[in-house]
Amino acid sequence: MSGEEEAKMPEDKIAVYFCHCGSNIAGKVDVDKVVAWAAEQPNVTVAREYKYMCSDPGQDLIKDDIQKLGVNRVVVAACSPTMHEPTFRKAASDAGLNPYLLQMANVREHCSWVTEDRDEATEKAMRILNAQIHRLPFNEALDPIEVPVNPAVMVVGGGIAGIEAALKLSATGKKVYLVEKKPSIGGHMAMFDKTFPTLDCAACILTPKMSAAGKDPNIEMLAYSEVEEVEGYVGNFKVKVRKKARFVNTDTCTGCGACIEACVVRKVPSEFDQGLGKRSAVYIPFPQAVPLRATIDAANCLTLKGKKCKQPCVTACGPGAIDFEQQDEVLDLEVGAIIMATGFELWEPDQDPRYGYGKLDNVISSLEFERISNASGPTGGHIVCKNGEAPKSVAILHCIGSRDQNHQEFCSRVCCMYSLKFSHLIKEHLPDTEVYELYIDMRCYGKGYEEFYRRLMDEGVHMVRGRAAEVTDLAMSPEEEGRLIVKTEDTLLGIVRRIPADMVILSSGLSPAKDAKEVSQTFGFGCSGNGFFLERHPKLEPVSTVTDGIFIAGCCQYPKDIPDTVAQAGAAAACALALVDNPTVKVEPTVSYIDPEKCCGCHICVSVCPHTAIQFNEEKKVAEVITAACKGCGVCVAACGSNVPQQAGYLDNQIFAEIEGAMAL
Amino acid sequence: MRYLYYPGCSSEATGKAYDISTRAMMEKLGVELVELDDWNCCGATSYFNVRELDSFAIAARNLAIAQKQGDEDLCVICNACYTTLAKTNRYIEESPEVHEAVNGALGAVDRSYDGKKAVRHIMDVLVNDIGIEALGEKVTRRLTGIKVAPYYGCQYSRPMGAFDDPEFPTTMDTFFTALGADVITDYAGKSKCCGGMMMLTKEEGALRLCHELLEGAHKAGADVIVCACPLCEMNLEGYQPRVNKAFGTDYDIPVMYFTQLAGLAFGASPKALALDKQIVSCDRVVAAIPA
Repeated sequence: MSGEEEAKMPEDKIAVYFCHCGSNIAGKVDVDKVVAWAAEQPNVTVAREYKYMCSDPGQDLIKDDIQKLGVNRVVVAACSPTMHEPTFRKAASDAGLNPYLLQMANVREHCSWVTEDRDEATEKAMRILNAQIHRLPFNEALDPIEVPVNPAVMVVGGGIAGIEAALKLSATGKKVYLVEKKPSIGGHMAMFDKTFPTLDCAACILTPKMSAAGKDPNIEMLAYSEVEEVEGYVGNFKVKVRKKARFVNTDTCTGCGACIEACVVRKVPSEFDQGLGKRSAVYIPFPQAVPLRATIDAANCLTLKGKKCKQPCVTACGPGAIDFEQQDEVLDLEVGAIIMATGFELWEPDQDPRYGYGKLDNVISSLEFERISNASGPTGGHIVCKNGEAPKSVAILHCIGSRDQNHQEFCSRVCCMYSLKFSHLIKEHLPDTEVYELYIDMRCYGKGYEEFYRRLMDEGVHMVRGRAAEVTDLAMSPEEEGRLIVKTEDTLLGIVRRIPADMVILSSGLSPAKDAKEVSQTFGFGCSGNGFFLERHPKLEPVSTVTDGIFIAGCCQYPKDIPDTVAQAGAAAACALALVDNPTVKVEPTVSYIDPEKCCGCHICVSVCPHTAIQFNEEKKVAEVITAACKGCGVCVAACGSNVPQQAGYLDNQIFAEIEGAMAL
Repeated sequence: MRYLYYPGCSSEATGKAYDISTRAMMEKLGVELVELDDWNCCGATSYFNVRELDSFAIAARNLAIAQKQGDEDLCVICNACYTTLAKTNRYIEESPEVHEAVNGALGAVDRSYDGKKAVRHIMDVLVNDIGIEALGEKVTRRLTGIKVAPYYGCQYSRPMGAFDDPEFPTTMDTFFTALGADVITDYAGKSKCCGGMMMLTKEEGALRLCHELLEGAHKAGADVIVCACPLCEMNLEGYQPRVNKAFGTDYDIPVMYFTQLAGLAFGASPKALALDKQIVSCDRVVAAIPA
């Protein structure tokens, strides 16, 4: 890999293929002109065009030319290499050509899609193509590196997506680590009373799965734990997980709740009940928690705060499980694949002050209503206002924070349906209560959804087409006195309305988790513009990320309902399995190499490598690349003062040739 | 501290007290206001809806003069003038076509505009340039015990929100709190529309809007409503009797330009602040301020 061989100019036989991509490229670039020009370039044996190079006949063109014309270098001018480079490299390889002797020229994303003028686009396409024609003579044959695969999988996040993925993987006999940051798995779904549109009891369909995951011998449950560090690469990830101290020995705790009864700190707002209910400093978040183990919250426990306490929990605990000395534990785990299922957060409705959330009593968020309507919630399932009375009128406001250029531009997809579910629950509990749904559009797109909407209209819910403008307590007439007034333009009637209500439910959109960006960086992939985790391809690879071996499922990717979440979790499990079920995996050979004869041992490359893939050989006093750990980022190449590290596939002469080619016209 | 100053046409008629009190208050604060030479009407809100490009050109003439007259920022007191001038800047910045057309029109009167003159609302200047702490130090009569309802109006920070939240502005709250007043920070309608010019074309609609604003301030126990726009001030103050007649209410709430009340806190006399020009008497507000 010296990279200093003379380019084998005379015997190079380059084939050029220019893809129309339907009208994606051909609509902007004068293909005939570019291909005629390409055919005249040095070393080019043949130049062809085709409507869809990625199709079978397109790939066959490449194979035929390799076999019949003896072509030994190939450039495909088409889309981004992240899209189809693997396709074409495989075609070359099938025809007997080393796949690294094929280069892509991205004339779609880099040219036709982003250039207005046809002449400019044509010229730019030529330059992009010429760069690769110049580079190819310097390309070297490379062989993929084969590495072993660890068959275990880590699932991060214990909501319905994570539970489902873990169970599916376990069913194939794989070892699964299920990491959840809260004391119990269950996620948001565990908070719901009913699910739309079937009105299944959420607990009845979720808790069997939670319990199955808890008992599964293949699933190692790491609740109240967080991932701190991820190292390694596809098939071989090393993950540091911090298991937070519960101050309760989970091996001996039976989840009996005696400590909870005994605890003197009883007024901590319950996170699970959205702050509407109270819990003790030692607590189990909800009755069906998995694992059913107590947790002491260090921020509120008197003993842990260093204050005086008779520690009645210790006295009450039969098995003696309370352990105030317990420390966080850091586990080093090794897995072959990771599934991210870290979920969403509700868009916090106080970000839009017009709706009075946090200022006006009885203006509540949708998650708060989920808890109020839940039989095991803070009001025992009775739908009541703050004063304990049942509301005579409830207004449900759609699209809070959603479809709003000032907040989240996107539609959160589930709010119309959960709002309709709320209407049904209110009508069921309180048949005489008037219910108003204030919507922009009713988006009831799923199986049985439109029918559910129709059913709610028959149940007597008032559907008002208009985004709520404001919620106020300023009464302008005696009937409005002491109530909340929702102002809106009813766009079907063409009038401005003031709707009096005793309870206003804000149907907030779904937001990415606040730490989504940070988490995505820990795991080495990215977020989309809207803050959710970025999939590798929005249509064809919706559960993969740009990092091989890391998959995504559920609302961390984008808002979705439970059926879609479960389906995606299954897909992610299948993708992970397709990887870890193999003994080995091939990784890109475009790694860096340090010539021990030239290395002066200055350590610069060791210090800059973000993947700790370079170690220093103390005996020989030179730096050495751990090939399996190198991700081919090229930082060492750029940092070395003596130009010693060289990265296969990105050698200096290859890059310079590319630049020369681009500038030559 | 020195600013170019754009009074706006209302300041020569119904809003005269705003201009007078602004000058008096700024003098007390040691801020020099240099009136823009030969300024013209900003075009206000209506003209945009009739001939958009012409209205940009009309607004931009003022900005072109300002650019030539000095490097200082252009301080504007009326919400509508502020929004119109700032909007013109934004369109010029975002659209080379608008910029070219505007300069084409300005060329006819031998002027041109580079699009770079900073347009500043007077409240932005007070809170962000002078600063809350410095303002607090200039107070000679603290407004202790005066319940002030700041009425921002719809064009104060909407839609651009350059110096405050477009939906829920708070700078006037901060300002009057620094002056010692008991500020009503969250009464219904503080940034809702007063009806504006609709008072002349569809009075019943505008009266309904004013009714809601006055009711909100009244229920919150306001001693005085303060405004930052001549039209808001006129509607809320001048039309109070008609609101009372239309809705059977008996509001008697003094409405002042915020510069008038602040001017009192900074030691200017009621006369210098043109308080004698108010329709609903402000005497009881003045009398309630501790000496």
